[in-house]
Formats: sequence, structure tokens, C-alpha cells
Amino acid sequence: MQSVVVLIGVTLISFFALQIGGDPTYLFVSENASTEEIERTRQMLGFDRPLYIQYLSYVWNVAQGDFGNSLSYREPAMGVVLEAMPATIELTIFSLVLAIGLSIPLGIAAALYRGKPVDGGIMTFAMLGQSIPNFWMGIMMIMYFGLYLRWFPISGHVPFLEPLFEGDVATAFKNLPQSLYYMVMPALAVGSYTLARNARLIRSSMLEVLQQDYVRTARSKGLSERRVIFHHAMRNAWLPVVTMIGLEFGFLLGGVVVVETVFSYPGIGRLVFNAINQRDIPVVQASVILIAVIFIVLNLVVDLIYARLDPRVKL
Amino acid sequence: MSKAHTSESGSAGSAADYRRREWRRAWESMVASRWALIGMIILLVVTFAAIFGPLLAPFDPNRQNIMMRLMEPGSDGARDVTYWLGSDQLGRDVLSRLLYGARVSLLVGVAAIAVGGVIGTIAGLVSGYFGGWIDDIIMRLGDIQLAFPFILLAIMFLVVLGPGLVNMILVLGIGQWVTYARIVRAQTLSQREHEYVEAARAMGDSTAMILGRTILPNILAPLTVIASFNVAGVILSEAALSFLGLGVPPSVPTWGSMLSESRDHLLSNKWWMAVFPGLAIVLTVLAFNIIGDWLRDFLDPRLKENG
Repeated sequence: MQSVVVLIGVTLISFFALQIGGDPTYLFVSENASTEEIERTRQMLGFDRPLYIQYLSYVWNVAQGDFGNSLSYREPAMGVVLEAMPATIELTIFSLVLAIGLSIPLGIAAALYRGKPVDGGIMTFAMLGQSIPNFWMGIMMIMYFGLYLRWFPISGHVPFLEPLFEGDVATAFKNLPQSLYYMVMPALAVGSYTLARNARLIRSSMLEVLQQDYVRTARSKGLSERRVIFHHAMRNAWLPVVTMIGLEFGFLLGGVVVVETVFSYPGIGRLVFNAINQRDIPVVQASVILIAVIFIVLNLVVDLIYARLDPRVKL
Repeated sequence: MSKAHTSESGSAGSAADYRRREWRRAWESMVASRWALIGMIILLVVTFAAIFGPLLAPFDPNRQNIMMRLMEPGSDGARDVTYWLGSDQLGRDVLSRLLYGARVSLLVGVAAIAVGGVIGTIAGLVSGYFGGWIDDIIMRLGDIQLAFPFILLAIMFLVVLGPGLVNMILVLGIGQWVTYARIVRAQTLSQREHEYVEAARAMGDSTAMILGRTILPNILAPLTVIASFNVAGVILSEAALSFLGLGVPPSVPTWGSMLSESRDHLLSNKWWMAVFPGLAIVLTVLAFNIIGDWLRDFLDPRLKENG
């Protein structure tokens, strides 16, 4: 129910975004279009009708995935966006896995060695991670690890999801190692902020959990420290991180959009970047709405998962 | 999550005395934590650069010089001037552009927070104080906005509105209101039932008076913490949007657009074009984050026990 309201809101905002600069017709014609051409486009796109009718037909079209034709590709915008989608999803998932995967051991280590140099080092690192723009991180990695050390490729992409979606499992898995290799630098650049923030979050959550009665009980039962930490404390320590994953995914998607342009990575980000420069509004709109929908669905899924992990939460 | 009222210390002392003592306590805590002091110094330097940039800059940041393209840092130009941080692809001085860029970053950061903070605080006060359907509507609006990854929302509006300083501030500012609204709402809900609010009501104060004069001062502390982190976030967003070409017009140098230009010269190893603007962003953002951390610990020591 909540999601439906939000979805309607999303269409309202994106519709409003079109109207906010005045007559939206001018967004769809070239700068030196003649008066007749402008008038023709206005009628063709229906911008001469009353606003509420425009909105309803907008929603109707959006529901069918119809955002009009891309102004530069001369084909349906949604198709162009969907083509670029798998590469972006790959990168987002990989950076999420890297960010969460690395933040858990770092956060726990910092909590266990609280106040020691290990803690100080990890937290300084985390503070920096939260202050470095992801695209600059990308540029620096290209300069050092790409051009100077020549460890990683500085641009390009080997598709994994695309062959998988086409049913070609063999090719997909043959591509996987290369695919990951190409994604290491962009994924780290995208995920650095999330990695840093989650390491801090897990640290403080772990510190809190370690003071709880049930941890003391587990210790007094004579369980090994290892077991106490991994079985009793950790489970509860990462709950706040799980709730964040849905939001995190959306946040990472936003970061991917920027970082992709740095690595010339052929996903939605680069598409949006080019669309911005060519003022290709249908492509920008289709990308943004598609990402918003993915984001909403994901958050719904995360709520469901959370309800399973924590029996106190009822949906 | 309630926070300390400005507890009147029982002993003698006027409000001015109290304030002076608090400032002294803040200063001592800042010096003691060392990091906070470093953050503060960075911030002062950046602010200084932003205000006095035109006096400090050795060059006009937009003056092109084809003879002096892509000079390495420390190269000497004509008439005894040095390109301390090198020059860019049009022969413009990187240092001068950095100094001018500080203005945009700080201005956008602070102004956007002011816009978002004011809208959010009013929305939160109204939402929390009145409750009911007003509360529902405001909070649902917030949910909807958060359903968009923020940077995409900003992209969508800026593409349509066109780039420009005011548009940038408005879009980034409106992007922040939800955070403030949620916190202010929660705080207002808990303050609403306190006796001092009831007293104000009994004395016949108007609602606006109660919200603005009675409740607001008591919930300001957490807002300053959020604002500090928020400025950091907004500066990062501004840099990213400028990097994408959605920032202020090209005639105004910004750190983000400088980085954008540096991309074409990575392969030829013109590192200074990428390194210095990036460092400027990192140091500024870092300073705001550090100060945010310190403020949180200072204003609510209970949180520190965890951290």
C-alpha cells in the first residue's frame, strides 16, 4: 500500500519536473526550431491539453514503459535504458557486496580493539572514506593503479548479466572472472562511502551489543570468545546494516551514475551523462523512473527480509 | 532521543555568564579532541580563501594563455609570477581557480542547508505539534522524496531548470528538508507534552510563538549536528553535479568542473589538474564531518560512550 502511494508520488514528481521550467515543448525541439515545428511538437506530445489530462496520460504512458522516443537515438527511450541496465546492476551489486563484505570485519575488528591503534586506524580510514568524492576516488585509482602500476584496466566492461538474461549461461560464467576484474576499481570507488559508513555503524552497534546481558550470559556459560562474538553478538550487530541495505542500494545506484562516466563504463550512468549533454529528456526521465521503481521494490523486499530476521517486526 | 535542555545551573550567574562558560567548555573540548581543532583550522582556511580569494589569487581565474598551457606546478610564467599548482588545458592558473572554487562550494553548501533546514524545521514543527492529517501528508511527502536516490532527483530537475547557482542551491536545499523535518518532528513530539510548553499555552501564547520561541530553542542542538554533516554531503553532491556538467556556468570555476576537465588529460599524466581540486574537496568535506562528529559528542555526551 505504502509503495503504491510512493509510486504515484514518483510519477507526480517526475511529471512536475518536466513542467517546472515552463512550457516543456521547448525541451523536445532543437534550439533553432521554427514556430510551426514547435507548434507541431506541442500538439504531438499533447502539451496543449489541460494539465490534469496531461498528467493522466503521462501516468498511463509511464505504466506502459513509454517515455517517448529518445531524441538522440530515435528509438523508444525505455529500450535504450533497459539495454544499459544490466551493466549498471552488475556494478551496483558488486560494489554493495564489496562494501558490506569489507565493512563487517572492519567494523567488528574496530569494536573488539576499541581504543587501540587498530581501531584508530580503521576509524581514520572510515572518516576519509566518507569525505572522498566517489568520482575523484575513481580518477585517483585510474591514475595510480591503472596508469602507473597497470594492475587494473582503466575502462571497459565484460558483460555477465546480459548473456545470462539471454540464456547463455556458459558464456556468462566464462565472462565472470574478467567481468569482476574490470569492475574492481569502479566498484571500490562507488562503494567507498558505504564501506566507510557501515564500518562505523557496525562498530558502534557491536559495542552496544557486547554490553548486553545475553552476551554476558553467553560468556559466563564458558563459551569461547569466538563463539560469543560470531554466534551471539554479530547476529544482532548487523541488523541495523540489513535495514540500510535497501536504501544503500539506491544510494549506490546514484553513485554508479557518476562513477560510470569516469570509467567509460557502458551503463545507465554514462547514458544519463550523455543524455544530459544532449538534453535528451526522455532518456533522463526513463532512467530516473526505472531506478526509482527498482529502489522501491528493493526496499519492499528488504522490509520482508527484515521481518524474518527480527521476529519483533510485524508487517 | 531527547537531549539536554539548556539546564539552568542552580548557582548564581546571568545568562551571559552561562553562555561564556559554555563557549569556554566548547573551546576546551575542541582543543582536547585535537581532530576537531584540525577540522576547525581547515574550515577557517577554506573560508578565508573563499572570502579573500580575489586578493590572494595570483591570476584572473578565467584568463587564458595559450603559451602557458598545461604547465607543471611551480613553473614560472611571464613577469615573475609562478603557477604554483600548474595550469590547465587553456593556460589558466590552477591555484587561482581553486581559490575561486572555494566560494562556490561553501556558498552552495551553506545556502542549501539554510534552505533545506528552514523548510524542514517548519515542516517538522508543524507536523509534530499538530499531528493528525497534516502530519500524515508532510511525512508521506518525505517518504516519496526519499524514494528517489537524491542525486538522480537533482539531475532530473537541473536538466530541466538548466544549470545555475540559484537552481543548484534550491535543488540541493529542497533535497535536504526531509532529514530536518523528521528529526524536528520527533523532537517536537517529545517536547510538546512538557510542562514549559503547557505553561506557554496557559499564558495564552500564540501557536507560532510556542513553536518558534518555546519549542525551537530546545531542539536546536541535534539540528546543528545534522547541519554540519549535511554541509559535507551537499558539497559532495555539488561537486558531483558540477562534474556531470550540471553545475554553475563554465565561467565560474568550481572544484567539480575542474575535475571534469582533468579527465581528458589523465592519459598524458597531467596529474595536478586532478589531484589539487580533489584534495580541496576532500579537506573541506573532511573538516565538516570531523566537526559534526565533535559537535555530536559535545552536545550529547551520552552518545560518546558508544563511540
